[in-house]
Amino acid sequence: MATHAHTDAVHDDHDHKPHGWRRWVFSTNHKDIGTMYLVFACTMFFVGGTMALIIRAELFEPGLQFVDPQFFNSMTAMHALVMIFGAIMPAWVGLANWLIPMQIGAPDMALPRLNNLSFWILPFAFMLLLGTLFVPGGAPAGGWTMYPPLALQAGDSFPMMIFAIHLMGASSILGAINVVVTVMNMRAPGMNLLKMPLFVWTWLITAYLLVAVMPVLAGAVTMLLTDHYFGTSFFAASGGGDPVMFQHIFWFFGHPEVYIMILPAFGVVSEIIPTFSRKPLFGYESMVYATAAIGFLSFIVWAHHMFTVGMPLAGQLFFMLATMLISVPTGVKIFNWCATMTRGSLTFEPPMLFALAFLFLFTIGGFSGLMLAIVPADFQYQDSYFVVAHFHYVLVPGSLFAIVGAVYYWLPKWVGRMYDQKLAKVHFWLSAIFVNVLFFPQHFLGLAGMPRRIPDYATQFADWNMVSSIGAFGFGFSQLLLPYIIIKCVKSGAPAPARAWDSAHGLEWELPSPAPFHSWETPPSAAVIARGAEH
Amino acid sequence: MATAHAPAADKYYVPHGSHWPIVGSVSLFLVMAGAVAFLNDWAGGWAFIPGALLLATMFFGWFHDVIGESRSGAYNHQVDRSFRMGMMWFIFSEVMFFAAFFGALFYARSLAVPWIGGEGVKVFNKLLLWPNYDPAWPTNGPARIGGHEDGTFQIIPAFGLPALNTAILLTSGVTITIAHHALQAGKRTQLKIFLAATFVLGFLFVGLQAEEYAHAYKELGLRLSTGIYGSTFFMLTGFHGLHVTIGAIMLVIIWLRTLKGHFTPNNHFAFEGVAWYWHFVDVVWLGLFIFVYWI
Ligand code: HEM
Ligand SMILES: [Cu+2]
Repeated sequence: MATHAHTDAVHDDHDHKPHGWRRWVFSTNHKDIGTMYLVFACTMFFVGGTMALIIRAELFEPGLQFVDPQFFNSMTAMHALVMIFGAIMPAWVGLANWLIPMQIGAPDMALPRLNNLSFWILPFAFMLLLGTLFVPGGAPAGGWTMYPPLALQAGDSFPMMIFAIHLMGASSILGAINVVVTVMNMRAPGMNLLKMPLFVWTWLITAYLLVAVMPVLAGAVTMLLTDHYFGTSFFAASGGGDPVMFQHIFWFFGHPEVYIMILPAFGVVSEIIPTFSRKPLFGYESMVYATAAIGFLSFIVWAHHMFTVGMPLAGQLFFMLATMLISVPTGVKIFNWCATMTRGSLTFEPPMLFALAFLFLFTIGGFSGLMLAIVPADFQYQDSYFVVAHFHYVLVPGSLFAIVGAVYYWLPKWVGRMYDQKLAKVHFWLSAIFVNVLFFPQHFLGLAGMPRRIPDYATQFADWNMVSSIGAFGFGFSQLLLPYIIIKCVKSGAPAPARAWDSAHGLEWELPSPAPFHSWETPPSAAVIARGAEH
Repeated sequence: MATAHAPAADKYYVPHGSHWPIVGSVSLFLVMAGAVAFLNDWAGGWAFIPGALLLATMFFGWFHDVIGESRSGAYNHQVDRSFRMGMMWFIFSEVMFFAAFFGALFYARSLAVPWIGGEGVKVFNKLLLWPNYDPAWPTNGPARIGGHEDGTFQIIPAFGLPALNTAILLTSGVTITIAHHALQAGKRTQLKIFLAATFVLGFLFVGLQAEEYAHAYKELGLRLSTGIYGSTFFMLTGFHGLHVTIGAIMLVIIWLRTLKGHFTPNNHFAFEGVAWYWHFVDVVWLGLFIFVYWI
């Protein structure tokens, strides 16, 4: 490989690039597929966001004003399904597509045609899911968790929801297999496992979680389907089954699923913070081990979602303690990020701002998670707005801010142009302020006893609900800045250098900006790898 | 391309675009949309049929292209390894799919049913809800869902047809291994014979399962709707039978390919992929035999 130092110069981006619609529909290119994933995720983000605003509009004041309760419940269920399966997960797969080949010195994903299939399943899955809004009986209204027997009482939307989930699951599994194989088999010679950037590491573990739990979700919804149409009794006590069994199977998927949405965020933050602290990441190896530990633990904590459902005392104790154990590796990560910044020469470009907000606000979500993990406390909090506040703190200023931070970090690499950083900072401050106005009051509401998934409430909750709704509209409309900034950048941004941020490390910064159509056609040289891998 | 001076072995392989994936997405959508229409009693359930045909075409066409590319020598060692890893992870995902149903079986049998019967702190189930229910496995629940007119049903004893089926599948695991060794040793006739024996045994298994199902439905009162026992029994054996059928079809296809002279002693990913898959359905069956039929 040392003989190929010349390979830095071999990327020309105009070979083999098909034109017109074929380029996208038949694509085998990781960048084009990554772009499609990201555009899809952004679209779904605004669709799901609209649903959230319908919810917050209804909750602005006590009483029923805009929508009927059935539709309100549809909105809570659909908002969650669209955001989880349509926005956050595809956004991560899109980022994986764009970045992993560049970061490990590969030309593309290992199985490019499978990659195309995984993407193109998604629009069809969402045609089914969003189609439920227009069928007799309306969209699913029993929550994204689909607990029987409630979920079985849906109208014609029921099989559409089930099959949509089958399709999304198939897409995720194929996408995850592709990531695992790419990371295990396509690394440039010399890029050994412990040289990989943390984004690649966290995605590798995420992919493992995906392959392990998406089939379990498929099994769970298949049992729902047969209980509904084919007379099975999995979740009916009269036949010897148990509705609680669904919850166990669902959350065996569901808890790893929440880590699927957050682990890549840990990777992104671990790349942004060193760059803008101008220091190598503190404790690289401990980051890798902490991620693996979180991945493992995420399989043995699921019943913390079910404390109030009832389970043997030993079960409650086990799941409480196992859940709390997760905060140890999570704490390792937070500590390492803080230690990376200590005595660094920090600057606050937009990606760094989002990463810092992640650090503070995700930690708040982690703390409320710890409160929820305490069994007797959870008996009070369960199904209240406190839970809503918890998971929105980990998902919005957590996963979503990391995604936006990643876009602001790598956008110059993708399009070869710099975006309007001033406007991006405005986007940041609006988001960071409104997200707290939106979600912080929900802690108070939950602690005071306001239940989740309810269109009306007692007047004592009126003040904080109004504040929360104002925050929601502020947050929602601020997000329109993101596509605006991206489009402006693509159209008229100033040219960006190969190393868009002066102290960025990693192989992707060794490629020109914009990155060539096929990232590395021959493996990068040892010298290039060494320069890129100084983390 | 500027890379012309790089040695070929160092150059990565990237396949050209293909229309098969989008055909796959569209056909999956048609299949699902057809199934939705059927289940909801809407018009248009027939969409399932073109969907399924298109799906079959997709598999055929996609693999046809890949086989052609492979035989023309376009793939390098790295591509081969990607295929192998992809297949292994796919099989792992299938294992997890079965794990969901095994989990349901274990949970129902060792937790849910005893609880319904009033075990431990659930004693009020016995006192207030179902005083006459005896929570013994096999069961179709306190309401005696499904079964004969009187709510009873019989089960299939392990040491009859199921034991025979176990022997058949285990034998097929041996024959495919012999076929593999023959392939590696270049003994083509032995390869063809033992590969054929493998799928014959596979289809024999499926045939006997069908016979067993008919017996269960007609005489034993054991149906998909026979409470939790029928649900777990038919879901587990049904999905397994489906996988055996798919595996046997794949075996036929690689057998036809050996007849055409495909595969060399050290380049035969498709053969190995199918063989792994076959061993996987074998192992799942052992789990079924032990936990569903036997204990
Ligand atoms: C320190 C780590 C965490 C702990 C200890 C924790 C604990 C919990 C507990 C105990 C619940 C159940 C609350 C209830 O329903 O009564 C819960 C709910 C939830 N958590 Fe976490 N969590 C943690 C991190 C996360 C992360 C990182 C995410 C996602 C990125 C997440 C997403 C969720 C979601 C979506 C729910 C609600 C699901 C639902 O009922 O709809 N959590 N968490
Ligand atoms: Cu959880």
